[in-house]
Amino acid sequence: MSITYLEAIREAQAKLLRDDERVFIYGQDVGGTFGGAFKATKGLAKEFPARVLNTPISEDAIVGTAIGAAMQGMRPIVEMQFADFSSIALNQILNNAGTHYWRTNVPVPITVRLPSGGTKGSGPFHSQSMESIYAHYPGLIVMTPATVEDAYTMLIEAVAIDDPVIYCEHKYLYYHLKADKLPEKGLPTGRARIAREGRDLTIVSYSAMMQESLGAAEELAREGFEIEVVDLRTVKPLDTDTVLASVARTGRLLCVGESFPWGGATAEVIARVTNQGFHLLDAAPQRLNAKDTPIPYHPNLWSAHRPNAKKIAAKARALLRE
Amino acid sequence: MLQTAQRSAKSKTKKAAPPHDRFLEAFRWMLLARTLEEKLVSLYRGGLITGGVYIGKGQEAVSVACGLFLQEGDIFAPLIRDQAGRSAFGEPLIDVTRTYLGSRLGPMRGRDGNIHRGHPRNNELAMISHLGAMVSVTVGALMAKRFRGEKNFVGLACIGEGGMQTGAFHEGMNIAAVEQVPLVIVATNNHYAYSTPNDREFACHDLVDRAIGYGFEGYTVDGTDLAACLDVIGSAVKRARAGRPPQLVVASVLRLSGHGEHDDASYVPEEVKREPFARDCLKVAEQTILDLELLDAETLAEWRKEAAAQVDEAVAAAQKEPAPEGDKEDWCAYSMRDLVNSVE
Ligand SMILES: Cc1ncc(C[n+]2csc(CCOP(=O)(O)OP(=O)(O)O)c2C)c(N)n1
Ligand SMILES: [Mg+2]
Repeated sequence: MSITYLEAIREAQAKLLRDDERVFIYGQDVGGTFGGAFKATKGLAKEFPARVLNTPISEDAIVGTAIGAAMQGMRPIVEMQFADFSSIALNQILNNAGTHYWRTNVPVPITVRLPSGGTKGSGPFHSQSMESIYAHYPGLIVMTPATVEDAYTMLIEAVAIDDPVIYCEHKYLYYHLKADKLPEKGLPTGRARIAREGRDLTIVSYSAMMQESLGAAEELAREGFEIEVVDLRTVKPLDTDTVLASVARTGRLLCVGESFPWGGATAEVIARVTNQGFHLLDAAPQRLNAKDTPIPYHPNLWSAHRPNAKKIAAKARALLRE
Repeated sequence: MLQTAQRSAKSKTKKAAPPHDRFLEAFRWMLLARTLEEKLVSLYRGGLITGGVYIGKGQEAVSVACGLFLQEGDIFAPLIRDQAGRSAFGEPLIDVTRTYLGSRLGPMRGRDGNIHRGHPRNNELAMISHLGAMVSVTVGALMAKRFRGEKNFVGLACIGEGGMQTGAFHEGMNIAAVEQVPLVIVATNNHYAYSTPNDREFACHDLVDRAIGYGFEGYTVDGTDLAACLDVIGSAVKRARAGRPPQLVVASVLRLSGHGEHDDASYVPEEVKREPFARDCLKVAEQTILDLELLDAETLAEWRKEAAAQVDEAVAAAQKEPAPEGDKEDWCAYSMRDLVNSVE
């Protein structure tokens, strides 16, 4: 049997609905026989018609409603049709969900699923990676699963967490990643994972770029380099210790992310390592992100815009020479 | 405490209260709110309050009616000018003074101030500044109750005519009607959003006309007339509770203060202040009480004194309390702090 990243997300939600009456799924087109723009909720409304609910195209109100329900003890899962549209809900996520526990002592256990990242032909408004925006604001947990196994266990964990969780699921990984079976349990939330061991250079990444980084490591292995790949799993909290321990082994750091290059998760990793582990570094740490333009539609432009295994390998090669 | 006594008297008499009793009860909350807010203003002028003071002067009749008909288990989402409604709903005065005076012991513990306060566990939602945002939050709270199989509950969310023009408000109204939750929206048109008059806020003939467009039932009320507010808002609450569609009540008043106490409202023309909607609802209610001889002047004076005493007590208590301190603050925005602290 093989199960995809997307199926893992559906399975996690099926389990959550089955195991916990407080869980409901709220989003555009998630219900009925349709099951969401990407079919992440396919079949769930049949089994749980009262708890898998279609909504109007009202991202602000969808999240606001989830917040109100969460305050009253429910465990809503919001599906954004695309991560890009969560910009409409920024106010509710950042200013309402993100501040609520600190202001009132009452936590807001919502999970917002963001189908994130680029795929060919999707263009400026259906390709964005927004983890860095959410991570910037206080009060939110930001998950960026890079494997089928993590997609499953982290979503279950997200719903269990009492604080608001932004769960960034990568659309490119939906069908491309497969696993044999789903695990019972994953690493604790907030722990990074050494996805590949090495001693020459550390690549820190997450989500789809973690897979591209593994590809780059494979390519460099053929050239005799041993690349360590750290999968952050959550960009907030950020597991600085695991990153520092890896840099201690390798002395070289490259951070890779798919979001825009100004600031963000990769910059944060470098800032922390430079601060806390300057003495561990044999060369200036590097980062690789998408370009500082909107995300292009045409496949030729799109593949030039985002990092991929080839570009990561090239960047790593240069860093290895330093 | 007097306030508690009043509140328990209220819950006993809630259903059976004849109109005059309810009118007097409402008047008393209005009086308390006015007295409290006058005190807050003088503290502000004396430099004793950090940040702004935002009062509901002229809107007490609408506001009290918002709080008064809600029962245990109902959800209340008050906004800027709802001191009267908050008190009638059950918010202790000490919550107000603690928040304004920055006591560490208040519900917001110095982390938030003035009107940005609430007790979500007691169903008094803690507004965020961003207008319109609390409508859908109220909807969600009501959905949770429905999911749990609760019955006989309503939610009431307040808004100003300025806040009605936000996208969030529109989305919230629409989703409330789609979900058919028992919600009452009370919109107070006080003719200004900060300094902006109605003609630069909206261009429809009457805001209540929007009700039908959302699938709400809409009503208007003269917000300077306490009896009318009690009637119209009370009926809307009753209809929502009975399963009618969501209810919109649009009340007309004039904001009888600046936007906040930093604002002298010099942009309000004199002729607007002579409009019928510019009457002071508290004075109008008091005149009614005297005209109908519901109370004698002596009792009225007594009520005033009692309100002042309660306010003084709440202010004095909060003033004695410790302020929050930066180095003792728990600088963690997560309830699951171990999750974050172990790695951050
Ligand atoms: C979305 C948003 N934009 C701007 C503000 C700043 N602001 C606070 S109150 C206010 C005026 C509100 O007018 P209205 O809704 O009519 O309420 P009123 O103050 O008249 O009671 C403004 C502009 C805000 N709180 N929220
Ligand atoms: Mg106004």
